Amino acid sequence: MAPLLRARGWGWRWNARRAHAVRGLDLDVEAGERVLLLGASGAGKSTLLTGVAGLLDGGPDGTGEEEGELLVDGAPAQRARQRAVEAGEGRARTGLLLQDPQAQTVLARVGDDVAFGLENHAVPPERIWPRVDDALDDVGLRLPRDHPTARLSGGQRQRLALAGVLALQPQLLLLDEPTAMLDPEGATALRDVVAERLAATGAGLLLVEHRVDLWVDLVDRVLVLAPGGGVLADGSVGRVLAERGDELAAAGVWLPGRAAGPDRRAVPGAPEQVLLSLEGVAVGRRGPGSPVLTGVDAEVRSGSFTALRGVNGAGKSTLALAAAGLVPPVSGRVRAHPALLAGLAARRRRRPWGSPPVADDPAGWAPRDLVSRVGSVFQDPRHQFVAQTVAEELAVGPRRLGLAGAEVDARVSELLERLRLDRLARANPFTLSGGEQRRLSVATALATRPRLLVLDEPTFGQDARTWAELVDLLAGLRGTGTAVVAATHDVDLCDALADTTWWVADGRLRVEAPVGAP
Amino acid sequence: MSTGLLDPGVVRSTVLARANPVAKLAVALLLAVVLLLSVDVVTAGTAVLLELALLPLAGLGVLGLLRRTALLAVAAVPVAVFTALLGADSGPVLLAAGPVTVTAGSLQTGAAIGLRVVAIALPGIVLLATTDPTDLGDALAQVCRLPARFVLGALAAFRVVDVLAEEWQQLGLARRARGLGGDGLLAGVRDVAGRVFVLLVIAVRRAAVLATAMEARGFGAGERQGADRTWARPSRLRASDALVVAGGVLLAATATAAGVLAGTWQLLLT
Repeated sequence: MAPLLRARGWGWRWNARRAHAVRGLDLDVEAGERVLLLGASGAGKSTLLTGVAGLLDGGPDGTGEEEGELLVDGAPAQRARQRAVEAGEGRARTGLLLQDPQAQTVLARVGDDVAFGLENHAVPPERIWPRVDDALDDVGLRLPRDHPTARLSGGQRQRLALAGVLALQPQLLLLDEPTAMLDPEGATALRDVVAERLAATGAGLLLVEHRVDLWVDLVDRVLVLAPGGGVLADGSVGRVLAERGDELAAAGVWLPGRAAGPDRRAVPGAPEQVLLSLEGVAVGRRGPGSPVLTGVDAEVRSGSFTALRGVNGAGKSTLALAAAGLVPPVSGRVRAHPALLAGLAARRRRRPWGSPPVADDPAGWAPRDLVSRVGSVFQDPRHQFVAQTVAEELAVGPRRLGLAGAEVDARVSELLERLRLDRLARANPFTLSGGEQRRLSVATALATRPRLLVLDEPTFGQDARTWAELVDLLAGLRGTGTAVVAATHDVDLCDALADTTWWVADGRLRVEAPVGAP
Repeated sequence: MSTGLLDPGVVRSTVLARANPVAKLAVALLLAVVLLLSVDVVTAGTAVLLELALLPLAGLGVLGLLRRTALLAVAAVPVAVFTALLGADSGPVLLAAGPVTVTAGSLQTGAAIGLRVVAIALPGIVLLATTDPTDLGDALAQVCRLPARFVLGALAAFRVVDVLAEEWQQLGLARRARGLGGDGLLAGVRDVAGRVFVLLVIAVRRAAVLATAMEARGFGAGERQGADRTWARPSRLRASDALVVAGGVLLAATATAAGVLAGTWQLLLT
């Protein structure tokens, strides 16, 4: 019998690109096999999954050019997908789950969203709803069918998308970094559901994921794609990881059992000044409803690394925004101390209207006064990009400070080199890879040399290499006296750097100060 | 964050609230067309009175209704006032100050236009407030036979609006974090233009991912072969829907008859 998936000299080139995304691929995957797909970014892993799902159209009006053959169940992938739809049985050959939970929800109610695929497969309405209920039950979403999808957490949303895929009873599950945007609890829950469903249905798995440690027990074969085309390694998990470990680690793959890096926590006792204090601060949405966090009292000292931790929705990001002077607290005070205020009074301009802002309240500062004191790095780097090229992006902040042209150029070229962005100086920020965008967003915040840096999930979705670079960079910054506050779920990051931890839970903040601190 | 406009606000299930969305849409369109035929106080006023009298049948909560109609007052009052001040003058002059004259005629036209805005918008507000967008989509596709691709595309886009509202807020904060803003109106306009651009880039990216997710679940695959998709929520017209449409016809006829009897009704195009 022919394998479920067969590729022979398969290749794909997107229309606007000169280079092939995938080329010369030979591959057989039997029914029920569980394969982990690895490879450096740009090796064409996602393109392969899209191709297997039958979504690449190499025809005259298509999105690119196909070569060789990619067969699912003996038919070209695109044809296999269409046949499954026409059969009217509601059984798909493949089921694709993508990375971003927000971007995959189709409809406004939970039940309708799961039913969407069954409707497309022309399943009669009376047979749709039992299957919807089963699929929701299978992924552990015990919610009424009319529950609004807008009220789901990221982890729930991703399980909803999985329910929509599983309702079609696919023979091969295609997962494209399904946990990259989930918190650790959400990621583990999703992995467990996938494991349970694979065991129950006997379906196969083709998984793209750089957090190998989470999935390693679930797969029985690893396939490494070569960036130039073809397969670099193919075999059992143990053998491939042992033989290719260094190569994979260099390509940014998270391998199980590899140390997260040296402990770089600050040595207690170094001279520290208070930069910022939170005094009885409450944060959250204004208006009706109580704030998410109240009675927050804490200090940020120079040369410290504070990890802001807690489950999703506990108010981490909101508190980070208040500490960064971007959003005023609902009540209480965020107070900048002289070490952070230095140089502010001389350049202050008073507003002609409204009450005069309190000089030590960062939320009342003019934007240009803020950037030289507090740098912020958002979870999605794209939100922060305002210029046409990488070099221009780095120059924005220093120019806002009114620095001379030579000084601006010096800072830009120094950062370009330090963060390995020099080759990309003339590229558009939006065209960079995820890791490059993250490095650039951190670099833009550093260009104005702030004394306090506030980061929201800086390591979210990053590969092992970018992760290690970030840790080095942040450790170096702290060494020069910069204070870092990072809202994060990343236990490895906290282990490597955090000397103080702010835990948020049940509307309160608990400070875990370093041993031996005043 | 939610834009709130699309949240259903029904607190009691009534014949009107339960009616097929297409029936409600037909009534709203019928009233709009009939009221656009003539600008007169009596027709528009009668329509508004009848609509207000029938409003309890919509099953809406008082608070939700006030919140939704507040916007209506904001639109209708200025339209009425400007027409009264600047509209074509006729009849005795009531007030004159420079180029602005208020005459009995312009005052009447102003009132008529203001009332007309209310009379046309109220059924629309009731339609939106009592109808879930998904149900409207189902009805448009199954009763009106609009193409599934169009209807589901619009529904998916609707859902993305709330997400983009959140992104917009983030963009504002992120730009302050970059040191932008806070220097005058012109820079402010440029700043908004920059935010709009980034929002578009993000929206296009999101739409591409959503399209992939939808196609992976079989969306659009049967189309080429002429195979139809099914609908999990059957939507069809029932006898009670005929009642709702008949009510709408009666309302439009009564308002027009009142205008004709009072002698104020005049076909706009003549």
